[in-house]
Amino acid sequence: MAVIRVTEETFAEEVLNTEKTVIADFNADWCGPCRMLAPMLEKVSDEHPEAKFVSVNIDENEELADVYDISSIPCLVVFKGGQEYKRSVGLIPPDAIAALLRD
Amino acid sequence: MHDIIVIGGGTAGLTAAIYARRAAKTVLVIEAKACGGQIISTPSIENYPAAPGISGFDYATKLCGQAEALGAEFVYDRVTGLKDGDPKTVIGEKAEYTGRAVIIATGSENRKLGLPDEERLTGRGVSYCATCDGARFRGKRVAVNGGGNTALEDALYLSDLADTVYLIHRRDAFRADPSTVSLVLARGNVKPVLNSRVTGLVADRRLRAVRVTSAGGEETEIAVDGLFVAIGREPGNRFAEGLADIDQAGYIVAGEDCRTKTPGLFAAGDCRTKELRQLVTAAADGAVAADGASKYIASLAGA
Repeated sequence: MAVIRVTEETFAEEVLNTEKTVIADFNADWCGPCRMLAPMLEKVSDEHPEAKFVSVNIDENEELADVYDISSIPCLVVFKGGQEYKRSVGLIPPDAIAALLRD
Repeated sequence: MHDIIVIGGGTAGLTAAIYARRAAKTVLVIEAKACGGQIISTPSIENYPAAPGISGFDYATKLCGQAEALGAEFVYDRVTGLKDGDPKTVIGEKAEYTGRAVIIATGSENRKLGLPDEERLTGRGVSYCATCDGARFRGKRVAVNGGGNTALEDALYLSDLADTVYLIHRRDAFRADPSTVSLVLARGNVKPVLNSRVTGLVADRRLRAVRVTSAGGEETEIAVDGLFVAIGREPGNRFAEGLADIDQAGYIVAGEDCRTKTPGLFAAGDCRTKELRQLVTAAADGAVAADGASKYIASLAGA
């Protein structure tokens, strides 16, 4: 499954009100490590159809970045049942992204 | 088995891979995070010959693509050990890899403060990269910890964004270039806090203040939304201990020829003892190490 771009308008519906575990990638266009992470996230999303993967541009969605206290990017926040479950800051390899889905 | 195993996929390691492939050696690059290395975070590279203004991301992407197109193989793993012999064995968290020659190009990582909660607060107010995360602190109060060029450049950058920048340094004077220091001190919103160490992080869900202890032992709290840690970098070379000499700061002892004390084991780039750690010297090391490794393999074949 592809990584879906979400905004302040669609965040609740796509991330909070879903049965699936969600990995939300907080990023920005000017952030090199974010751009490195994006294709790896895309690859992991293909291998894990049981989960949902979304991308949040923090420049266009500053409120979401504030609500979730995102001060460093890239930041992957894992949501389960609408709640933050865990997070990982910085560039990580694909298997470490996939490991975020496990307990 | 590969002819050459390169540990680390930054500028030194990938340049080594390029040179080794062009010398028709099989190459495996073992990378812990992502191809490209430290330069990925640099917004704009201004001092690399003939490529002024290229972004770290574009540079890294081209470099990775070049090594890959030449036939270098890649694997994600974190190396934890090394055994000499022919072939040599590189021990990773996931697997063991064998190669006739090994090039260590592991670079370095930001030095941490070593405070409780530092890891939890990373990305929740604690940062190691002002140009990456500064934009999140527009109009807020931040602290920079450190006294070298990176710390002062961070303070300068942040002073354009933040309301107040506390510049906390353990000595009574900054080590950075005098020209940078005077630029920083001319900024009205930069407040130097000298002879002081950051000794605590005050937080709830996110960082709220830093606890600072002066040389005289006096403790104060400074309310900040962000702390930028710029107290230097440190290499992660412990896995090479025994086969390579490692200096007090953690760098692998090797000269311009990149040779360690173990034949066939090379150190290239920032992880090596050297005067100037720059993209161009990392690339140069990669070429030298790959050449040395190829010659080492030839000497084995002839033995």
